[in-house]
Amino acid sequence: METAIEIKNLVTHYGDVKVLKDVSFSIPKGKTTVILGGSGSGKSTLLKHLIGLLKPTTGQILMNGGDIAVMNEQEFNEVRKRIGVLFQGAALLNSLTVADNVALPMREHTQLEESTMQVMIRMKLDLVGLSGFENYYPSQLSGGMKKRAGIARAMALDPAFLFFDEPSAGLDPITAAGLDELILKLRQAFKMTFIVVTHEMPSVFKIADYVVMLDRGDAVFAGTLDELRASDNERIRMFLERRSEKEVYSPEDYFRIIAGD
Amino acid sequence: MLSAAETFFGFIGRNAIRLFKGIHDASLLINNTFYWAFLSPLKGKPIRVKATIYEMVKVGYNSVPIVSVIALFVGIILALQSAYQLKRVGAMIYVANLVGVSLTRELAPILTAIIVAGRSGSSFAAEIGSMKSAEEIDALVTMGINPIRFLVVPKLIAMMVMLPALTMIADFIGILGGFLLSVTELQLNPYNYIQQTMNALVIKDIVTGLIKALAFGIVITIVGAYQGFKVEGGAEEVGRRTTASVVTSIFLVIVFDLFFTMLFYFFA
Repeated sequence: METAIEIKNLVTHYGDVKVLKDVSFSIPKGKTTVILGGSGSGKSTLLKHLIGLLKPTTGQILMNGGDIAVMNEQEFNEVRKRIGVLFQGAALLNSLTVADNVALPMREHTQLEESTMQVMIRMKLDLVGLSGFENYYPSQLSGGMKKRAGIARAMALDPAFLFFDEPSAGLDPITAAGLDELILKLRQAFKMTFIVVTHEMPSVFKIADYVVMLDRGDAVFAGTLDELRASDNERIRMFLERRSEKEVYSPEDYFRIIAGD
Repeated sequence: MLSAAETFFGFIGRNAIRLFKGIHDASLLINNTFYWAFLSPLKGKPIRVKATIYEMVKVGYNSVPIVSVIALFVGIILALQSAYQLKRVGAMIYVANLVGVSLTRELAPILTAIIVAGRSGSSFAAEIGSMKSAEEIDALVTMGINPIRFLVVPKLIAMMVMLPALTMIADFIGILGGFLLSVTELQLNPYNYIQQTMNALVIKDIVTGLIKALAFGIVITIVGAYQGFKVEGGAEEVGRRTTASVVTSIFLVIVFDLFFTMLFYFFA
């Protein structure tokens, strides 16, 4: 199994709170890896590190032949051209049309002719099932359509890595299932590495090739879906069987849980 | 139990840290904004011309009616107020001097800046703030697009061009207001009034006013952008930061006005 991203001994803090505690795992190339975890498990923080929005306290993130944790802006800008991100709320620029949103990375990083760009925009939108919506503004689209447009924009430069931050968040089950199918379709059509952060179990079982589970800032599991189902780790069982834990009663208790001691 | 001394020094320490962090963030923003506005175009990363023109229309062209009306009224008010005093010494023709000089040197730049801070400074903060809370700024960063170059630089250039331009319009319309009142209500001779204004004004009066306007434009843009980028939460904080941007930029505009006025008074 070829490795696309390797995370070694990642430690990070928000102020004095240790959010990720010595996390190490690797993400296989050309597969869909799901990063799983409950609220406060540190999965969103981990994603922010992988896309370079946050720098860790210590540790390495080996991607594209370099350690992105210590890269300077210029070096990292080269890496950025190879990653695409779908944010939780799609994060389309509201002042631009769907077509201009998709064109944004191309206009910034390539010297393509306007006519070529128009063809590429149409191709990308067609791919996510949004052909004909070129001149719509994000505010005129539904939640699911926004996410599709977000995927088209993330794929504008044909990246090697595609990141999804909770793709089904805020969507009804039907739309969410449609998005899962789109992820599967794209995964079959392109040789990209998909990294999906989510806590939606149905979606995990549908799209994942490889699963990493975070719990309270630790990577408690990394393996295939079958290995996940067979795991006897108490936290994983609770997650899979949708069992609740002792209610958190006071802010101090809650703080202790996120701080992990 | 904390002693009174600990509470006291803790209070000073916490506020000092917050203050220094604010100064640090603001300097970083100023530094980056000027880098992307004036240095990076020389290195082959041009500014976004279309976005800049769009901002110019929003900041400048759309403010022309309100700036004109206010300048006209202020011109009339100035003429009336100065006539009230000058009448007693029979030097009514000096109304022209007072209106002309106080408008070009002081009132036109500061009134325009306050109007623009209320209209555009607040909208900068709200726009950038809501983009921050919708992860749009993060999206720009991950696409390798610098948010300062993309968002702040067009606004800065637009402000640096349009605030002096609006100030010139305010100069002209304000003087026209004073003129209209003087030739009707005060019954001054129109030709004499114009002649008197021409004699009273020197180029320096107008230029110092425009230099002030340029500085105010920079202040308003930086404050708006700073407050916008500071938004961490949701809609409520966008509102709070928008208010803060107007209050801070009006305050700083007046501080800078004092500074420039003293500078011109003592050194020019």
